[in-house]
Amino acid sequence: MSESPQERGKGEIILTVNGKLVGVRAHAMERLLDVLRHDLGLTGTKEGCGEGECGACAILLDGVLVNSCLIPVFQAIGADIVTIEGLAADGRLRVLQRAFLECGGAQCGICTPGMILAAFHLLSKKPQPTLEEVREGLSGNLCRCTGYMQIFEAVAEAGRRGGMT
Amino acid sequence: MRKQRIVGTSVPRLEGRDKVTGQARYVDDMVVPGMIYGATVRSRVPRGKIRKISFGPGIDWNEFAIVTANDIPGKNCIALIEDDQPCLADGMVNHPEEAILLLAHPDRHLLPKAVAAVSIEYEPLPGIFTMEASEARSQIIWGVDNIFKSHLIEKGDVDAVWGNADYIVEGEYRTGAQEQLYIETNGMIASFDAQQGLTVWGSLQCPYYVHKALMKLCDLPADRVRVVQLETGGAFGGKEEYPSMIAGHVALLAMKSGKPVKIIYDRMEDMTATTKRHPSRTRYRTAISKDGRILGGEIEFTMDGGAYETLSPVVLSRGAIHSGGPYHWPSIRIQAKAVATNAPPHGAFRGFGAPQSLFALERHMDRIAQVVGLSPVEIRRRNFLKPGETTITGQTVNEAIDLGKLLDRALQLSDYQAKKERFARQNPQSGSKKGIGLAAFLHGAGFTGSGERYLGSVVGVEACADGSVRVLVSSTEFGQGTKTVLCQIAAETLGLRYEDVEIAQPDTHEVPNSGPTVASRTIMVVGKLVQSAALGIRKTLRAGGVLAESYSPDEFRAACRSYVAEHGKFRSLARYEQPHDVVWDEGKYRGSAYAAFAWAVYVAEVTVDLTTYNVSVDDFVALQEVGKVLHPVLAKGQIIGGVAQAIGFALYEKVVWEKGRMQNGQMTNYIMPTSADLPTIRVYFEELGNVHGAFGAKGIGELPMDGPAPAIVNAIEAALGVSFHSIPLLPEDIFDALGEKAGVESAVSAAQGER
Repeated sequence: MSESPQERGKGEIILTVNGKLVGVRAHAMERLLDVLRHDLGLTGTKEGCGEGECGACAILLDGVLVNSCLIPVFQAIGADIVTIEGLAADGRLRVLQRAFLECGGAQCGICTPGMILAAFHLLSKKPQPTLEEVREGLSGNLCRCTGYMQIFEAVAEAGRRGGMT
Repeated sequence: MRKQRIVGTSVPRLEGRDKVTGQARYVDDMVVPGMIYGATVRSRVPRGKIRKISFGPGIDWNEFAIVTANDIPGKNCIALIEDDQPCLADGMVNHPEEAILLLAHPDRHLLPKAVAAVSIEYEPLPGIFTMEASEARSQIIWGVDNIFKSHLIEKGDVDAVWGNADYIVEGEYRTGAQEQLYIETNGMIASFDAQQGLTVWGSLQCPYYVHKALMKLCDLPADRVRVVQLETGGAFGGKEEYPSMIAGHVALLAMKSGKPVKIIYDRMEDMTATTKRHPSRTRYRTAISKDGRILGGEIEFTMDGGAYETLSPVVLSRGAIHSGGPYHWPSIRIQAKAVATNAPPHGAFRGFGAPQSLFALERHMDRIAQVVGLSPVEIRRRNFLKPGETTITGQTVNEAIDLGKLLDRALQLSDYQAKKERFARQNPQSGSKKGIGLAAFLHGAGFTGSGERYLGSVVGVEACADGSVRVLVSSTEFGQGTKTVLCQIAAETLGLRYEDVEIAQPDTHEVPNSGPTVASRTIMVVGKLVQSAALGIRKTLRAGGVLAESYSPDEFRAACRSYVAEHGKFRSLARYEQPHDVVWDEGKYRGSAYAAFAWAVYVAEVTVDLTTYNVSVDDFVALQEVGKVLHPVLAKGQIIGGVAQAIGFALYEKVVWEKGRMQNGQMTNYIMPTSADLPTIRVYFEELGNVHGAFGAKGIGELPMDGPAPAIVNAIEAALGVSFHSIPLLPEDIFDALGEKAGVESAVSAAQGER
């Protein structure tokens, strides 16, 4: 039986997502964003611009903050991928997520998953970041609702409470 | 009065947990079984007749559902105010990116190729691309005169004041288009079934606007069109009217293909094809006494509406009414008009005309101050509206607002005087110039004039079988906190816990029409109706003998349960009634333009770097009187977010036009503020209350968009001694203006040297 045009060129790819091994059939050059959202149903990762400018699709790839709209899936093979769904996998919110809730860090919510991963990444490097470090650390993630101030408060608050937990 | 327990506190955002865990479901996260994907073929010319549509080789067109204007079952229009905008162009296009034809296919990756393979031949016609060209009428592109709407507002005898004026101060000011730039692009899903009718799910602000548009387009009765709002990733007005267009497109594709269809715009399509803030031009001619009092003025306010009327008449009306600002005008004549150009229609965006006219006014006040020889502070203080005086539409200020006091507090919070003196001392020795500027303004909450009466919004509150109470509104959440605050209001009204109240998903099959979620009306107007409807629930329970006069939340829940067990679930409805003291004459444009105004004084401090010509905003004080603050964290978030958008409007966000088409429709070349670009925005509230709003609330969503741009440009003028009249004000504009100034100064000194 011949393959359908959509299937041609696809191969089995194994990824490690949020600590679990998962297999997908995908083109090597398919965007990691699409594989996460369409093939794995992890729709917490959002698309805002499709060109690496807004950070809505940010994830952690081996602990590095990347825009998944710019990553071909083959580049993620063997890497440890963390999406927003991986942060409160046991149903318990992280300190950072609670701080976002309390400080008003999430409004419409569309930038929030990427923003939280960027903040999580920042706290992993700098557990008690200064305001300037927060501004710089989040400057690759655009938010149109909040004007950022309450996000800064949330990150500072999470830092005070022990950040990564 | 009982102490408020819930209103006034920062309860957790209702849908917050879903948002911070990635569980919130937006339209692109939703999959309907059997769903295929749609795309839009758009005009590549600004104006012309469609001669021929051909489908190119290399594509199996039999696999595609194809929809043209001929497939529309009802009227080919997007019903709003006028029915002039087609859903799909039929024979004629009037702007670039106008939708002509729709395609759908199961493989979304094939769609861009298919769209590119459709070729359309046009007979091009000359286009109109500026307000001035539209006014000159070299081409008539809309109606008989290119004018969508004009308004005339008059108070006193302005023609009599010019002879008495010590100064006549004139000025012209312009604002550019601004993209809403919600981070979630537009998207919709439709499903059609001959029995059930049409269901549309999507990212939108106004479910009943979409509902009305689909009934007319698809020729379906009300009960066979269902519109459901999903989690919406930002809107800012940008999802007020355009979603009706996309809903129409997915609906037509679903009806043609027999399958559910999803359309998600990519960023460039969203930016180039959908609405933006109206570009504007405002001319002031003002008569001023020698002690700096406004005697009267003539204002010409003109907006570029784009190719179709859409919401321009009402944006125009709000902009015109706000052009008098928070000042007392003994006489005034405002002539406002919205004109047609061959650009995609401009539309709703936070502030809705007011940021445009208030930019002009608050720049002009600084100009008057210079001419008269007063400070920007003093000129405003001498002209502020006082209780008992009337606005430009003759509305009496009947609340105890003291704008002088508000101004004083803003000056003190920003350390205005000391900074002004320090900058004057330090600037001459410095390679970067600092300045401080202010703006005083107001924003009317709710629909303009008779709008709320025409809307006649209805709100429901339902007692459920499990004892909980459910709020039923078509008012939508898109970041502002609608759901949270309406639940707070219901809980407070009934003496319940916040957790005891739920709110229904906006679904036209489930909820009554509480009006569109626009115009800073939701908490003030809809909130008040939630209060009334909630009281109706209590009244029914009391009359049914299941609830004592005083009760605990658990006793209330028990009363609901037992009442519903006996009588079935019940709903209490409340309908808007115009307060007796809110009277508007639509013919004369006089009376209560708004049931309430919020008032504000903003102060901006800037540095202009004379190496890069970059402007940084170093400090920002936003002080406002907004009635009562019902949720401090959300209210503060609204103000900061609005100020940030307005800083973008003033300094960063430039739409580059080429024959009606946006040339920089990407986030890489249309620049909004990032976290590294903004100052700490300091927010302060005064709370006078408001008899017309729930628990004293006024609207606050749009207010913060109005003041920052003039405050910043006033600060830049204070820093540089150069006056700027239009925004966005980019480094290259400052470079050019300083170059001109230097050129003039050197020419003057050369001329003086010759003498």
